[in-house]
Amino acid sequence: MKPFTRHSGIAAALLVDNVDTDQIIPSREMKRVSKLGLGEGLFAGWRYVYDGGERTGENADFVLNDPEFRDATILLGGANFGCGSSREHAVWALADFGIRAVIASGFGRIFRNNCARNGLLAIELPSEHIERIAALGAKPVDVDLEACRVTLSDGTTIDFEVPPADRHMLLKGLDYIDFALRYTNDIDAFVERDRMARPWAYRESVEVLSD
Amino acid sequence: MAHTLFDKIWDAHVVRNLDDQSSLVYVDRVFLHERTGSVALTSLEEQGRRVRNPRHVFATMDHILDTFPGRGDRTLVPGGEAFVKTMRRTAHDVGIRLFDIDDRRHGITHLISAEQGITLPGLVVACPDSHTCTLGALGAIGWGIGTSDCEHVLATETLRAVKPRQLRVTFDGALGPGVTAKDMVVHLIARYSAAGARGFAMEYAGPAVEALDMDARFTLCNMAVEFSAFTGLIAPDATTLDYVRGRAYAPRNEELDRAENDWSELRSDDDAEFDLEYRVDCGDIEPTITWGTSPEHAVGIGGAVPDPDEAGDDDAKHSMRLALDYMGLEPGQALKTLPIDGAFIGSCTNARLSDLRAAADILRGRRVAKGIRAICTPGSQAVKQAAEAEGIHEVFLTAGFEWREPGCSLCFNAGGEGFAPEERVVSSTNRNFRGRQGPRVRTHLASPAMVAAAAVSGAIADSREFAGRDTIDQGAA
Repeated sequence: MKPFTRHSGIAAALLVDNVDTDQIIPSREMKRVSKLGLGEGLFAGWRYVYDGGERTGENADFVLNDPEFRDATILLGGANFGCGSSREHAVWALADFGIRAVIASGFGRIFRNNCARNGLLAIELPSEHIERIAALGAKPVDVDLEACRVTLSDGTTIDFEVPPADRHMLLKGLDYIDFALRYTNDIDAFVERDRMARPWAYRESVEVLSD
Repeated sequence: MAHTLFDKIWDAHVVRNLDDQSSLVYVDRVFLHERTGSVALTSLEEQGRRVRNPRHVFATMDHILDTFPGRGDRTLVPGGEAFVKTMRRTAHDVGIRLFDIDDRRHGITHLISAEQGITLPGLVVACPDSHTCTLGALGAIGWGIGTSDCEHVLATETLRAVKPRQLRVTFDGALGPGVTAKDMVVHLIARYSAAGARGFAMEYAGPAVEALDMDARFTLCNMAVEFSAFTGLIAPDATTLDYVRGRAYAPRNEELDRAENDWSELRSDDDAEFDLEYRVDCGDIEPTITWGTSPEHAVGIGGAVPDPDEAGDDDAKHSMRLALDYMGLEPGQALKTLPIDGAFIGSCTNARLSDLRAAADILRGRRVAKGIRAICTPGSQAVKQAAEAEGIHEVFLTAGFEWREPGCSLCFNAGGEGFAPEERVVSSTNRNFRGRQGPRVRTHLASPAMVAAAAVSGAIADSREFAGRDTIDQGAA
């Protein structure tokens, strides 16, 4: 996984509550059995204009189509950002577009987990801080995960917290599966004990029975 | 020390507590569907990782398949056939039980996991789908995850997470006539906001919950994610055990006795403490309908569209204005009698047999209003066959509904199908998000009875005004 230590970039504001993962990438934009190339579908319902069902151009009013924010690498959101569907495509689309960090006043649980597992930093801050960042416009924002600190172009600093497990994995760019596989002996031992305690949960004959 | 239901299941599954506050938690069952399961299995294959225990992994097709009668692998989803074929190939290669299109046990993931007895009380079950919380109705931990975590659980049989805080929602009193589990949960979300349970595992309790049948309990737990809960669950009782006994993958004989003995412990201790408690008086709940683009945007059927100027902070006001603009509604406008274009009954929320019966009770002897496109997608083949055995399909067809094959269908453009831009649809599904049912489609969430009432009225209606007429065949229920 791509590590996240420190990143500086333009922050685009999408200060709407409950931006769900259907908004981040609509179902119809998930066209391939692949995690790649999803950036084009990012915010498709907001970013493009349609005639009937056909995409006919860009929506000039959407922040990521504003020339000042087109190259944004940080996204600012409202409450409950990334709620809804578990689709990790939302995070893959953000990453493919070039977003490295999302700062919002709250996140959907699955979306937040998905971010951490793809090298994207999700930072939760009170909305007044987010509004302050947004008010500075298209100026670089510095996000330092080592120090857990955001520094704005006017010198303001804002400290944040992320779950220690996610911070550790992101800083080192560690793979979550490799990490868990280090505990294979514990898993084996658990299964051995648990099989005795709950034999009904470990039926080996299920496949035969079902036919 | 006193424990909650969630504590008991979680603690029994902890493989190891790590020193970063997270735990490795054993997962008993994994269910996959073709949209995200195919991606997870392909990705594992590319990384050269193996699935640790394929016998505990199950798969079906519901997200990409269309629901037209006589369907096949080809769907209206661009590139959809590849998901279907990849799911089939990877499941076969790994040795995973797949309930394929032509299987009599086929259906929406969360329905068939319960119907087949794959999810049982006390289990931890994971699926790369946010509505996995549905299965908490059985007294299990239903854990919705992304694709990376899906790969994790396939490769290790574990998930790594920080144990959530705990919330109990108690429904006091009894539901009024025509008020359903759907109304309970949408009312709850409207009252406490769509983020009202963020960070919490939620146990539903109280007399009104105990009185619900299993179908209704699945509906209640299904929308826990719409309340931002980690999951929702209900303590297993006699209703649960009656449901589980005899299911294909459920234990039998002495093993069942032992399991039921374990399950009898699965309830929160009387003195267990929750981090947060909400109480709802069922007397306050009417048949409920959403007016906006979040499930929290909901009112009783007698209510009106609220005024954004009276909402909380600026973000909330702005969000409400955007919602009203999208929905084509004005503050103060009544919901009842608002003309509609479409009606949909389906999804993991409300496509079980009792849902179809409730709708059929209203449709019997009536017809869908002129110009309304009305579709019913039973949630599984088992539901469809049971409904057809009761003649329910004829009620739907005679009334002018389409009668489809099982799948996620118009809940979210599944199968590549949606309603037309700016069409107003009353839907028994879980999400009224922008564009969820097609670009610019305006979705109003409601119970199946409310959808049926709207379909025959050609406008949003109060299902209670349709009850009691032409309701025959109750004995067959």
